[in-house]
Amino acid sequence: MAEALIKNLNVAAGYQWIVYLLVGLVQVALILALVMTCVAVYTWMERKISGRIQDRMGPTRVGGRFGWLQPVADGLKLLCKEDIVPREADGLLFRVAPYLDFCAAFVPFLAMPFAPGWVVQRLDTAVFFVVAIGGLEVLGVILAGYASGSKWSLYGAMREAAQVVSFEIPLGMCVVVPVLMAGTMSLETITQQQAGWFWYWNLMNPFALVTFFIYMICATASSNRAPFDLPEAESELVAGFMTEYSGFRWAMFFMAEYCAMLLLALLGALLFCGGWNGPIPVATMLGLTPEHGAVAGFAGNCLGCLNLVIKGFLGVIFMMWLRWTLPRLRIDQVMTTCLKYCVPLASAMLVGTMVTVFVFRGGLALSPHKAEEAPTKASRQTDNDCKLKNANCKMQIDGHSASADAPSSNLQFSFCGFHFAIPPTRDGGA
Amino acid sequence: MGAIHWGSFFFLFFALVTCTFAVAVVISNNIVRMATYLVASLCGVAGLFFLAGAQFLGAMQLMLYVGGTVVLLIFGVMLTARGPFVSMRSGGGQWILALLVGGALLAVLMQTVAAVRPLAAPGAAVANSSTEKSDGKPAEQPRATADGAAEPLITTQLGAGLVGVRTDQVGRKTAAGDNAVVAGYLLPFEIVSIHLLVVLVGAAYLARAKRRLASSPSLPEEGQ
Repeated sequence: MAEALIKNLNVAAGYQWIVYLLVGLVQVALILALVMTCVAVYTWMERKISGRIQDRMGPTRVGGRFGWLQPVADGLKLLCKEDIVPREADGLLFRVAPYLDFCAAFVPFLAMPFAPGWVVQRLDTAVFFVVAIGGLEVLGVILAGYASGSKWSLYGAMREAAQVVSFEIPLGMCVVVPVLMAGTMSLETITQQQAGWFWYWNLMNPFALVTFFIYMICATASSNRAPFDLPEAESELVAGFMTEYSGFRWAMFFMAEYCAMLLLALLGALLFCGGWNGPIPVATMLGLTPEHGAVAGFAGNCLGCLNLVIKGFLGVIFMMWLRWTLPRLRIDQVMTTCLKYCVPLASAMLVGTMVTVFVFRGGLALSPHKAEEAPTKASRQTDNDCKLKNANCKMQIDGHSASADAPSSNLQFSFCGFHFAIPPTRDGGA
Repeated sequence: MGAIHWGSFFFLFFALVTCTFAVAVVISNNIVRMATYLVASLCGVAGLFFLAGAQFLGAMQLMLYVGGTVVLLIFGVMLTARGPFVSMRSGGGQWILALLVGGALLAVLMQTVAAVRPLAAPGAAVANSSTEKSDGKPAEQPRATADGAAEPLITTQLGAGLVGVRTDQVGRKTAAGDNAVVAGYLLPFEIVSIHLLVVLVGAAYLARAKRRLASSPSLPEEGQ
């Protein structure tokens, strides 16, 4: 983007860095605006949803009937509160920890694509990057718990460490499943391979479907949400690792939590639920693709971005629903959930996906040859894999695009190197 | 051209972050602060990797070193800490010993850095090295890039270099006449990793619970 601007505006070589700086700032500001708006809406949503679930109204006064200005009032209140550092605390670490926590939750957004090409930094290993940085959030929490110099905080931090470090394992395994199916770690390519109707989504693969639910459980656990909110269990530990915090630093922890929820929901949407591809390919039907001009492409991207944000909201609403429905687990139950259920199930799904990818080279899903239809720049690097997959994927519906030597059947597929062809007279139940 | 070379600027920036916090690790007395500074230092290294375009390596650095090691470190510190804020004072003898060991390691590393041929982009390096050879025999044409542009360095080449296959030296013959496939660093690498494993086991042994059940004499003397 910066290169295009420099080319179009004929920026002199000595001033190009200003363009880079401005472009970078604008991109980060856009992401920050999106995330902060979502966080503000989530605090309001959480109150309304919890109210409804508990048969009460939630906020109703501030800003009219639905209390929609409640986040602003909350923010003002938090900014006006006194900033306290306990005498027993390690001042430096105590002050740094909330920002570290928030950075770890926010930085992965820099590699998240919101529409084709709408990504701050296009990384070939975006999945890995997002998971790696997202996992650093635990550091801020542990530092906060340790530096507070309080027993409650330390207990909360210890629980957090035990819980998050355990749940990183199944979470990582779950993330690998769609990566295996797509043959790439680029989030953009993974999403582009799911383009089309909703039955092209990874979710339609039985293994990925189970994996998605494990993923949502692990995501809930690693963002410290109830029923896994042991680190801040308010009925036992006051407020866990944030007991000693007040005012803006406390708000940073909350922003980090909602930020992480949004991040994990968006990642789940990108990996499993088609990302910016809606259930019905409205944008393609209306011709809102880059082939029909820049304006149409932009409109299509906006639609895709909206799709993705809606999916992210649905994921977050699911987490809130869980929180206000289930009671808190004990630590042994948390560990049982992770080690006895999530890890074995995720491993089984991983092995199953491996076998599926190996045996049915094209995948079980009814995916036509997406990668060949629209080879993107990002997908070219994994072209070998894709070519292999597509060359071996003889599962074609409608014989019109089939190879010339086998036009006689309308459904054929290969299994372990054996080619099967179902003649057109039979009703191929694909 | 531009007054400032921004690649160098960011390289220096990340290098400064890395080195500053590395020094802070050494100077600090509080063990958790040390861990925090170590995180910052390792993040600086990851930044260097990202700057070099080795995104996978950078993410790996963050995942394994920053994420795993430091969390484990803090874990271990918290589990084994006697007081609320552990303070470590090291005597003069330890400083001297540490300086000796560190200096020796630095010397070895510097020598290695000077000795290894720079891993250049394929094509360019081979062309240079083949022209440098003075035996007059034109070296076989390297598999030059068709468009003339040098391929970007990726971690695959670094990994291949580790096991001894220098992709940038493909066309080049050594003095002995065989291909430039030299003994790699895989074996030393594995030895170091086994060493690390032993260190981990030792750390776990040292950090284990020291209490022994007095009321159960049937347990063996060593305890667990």
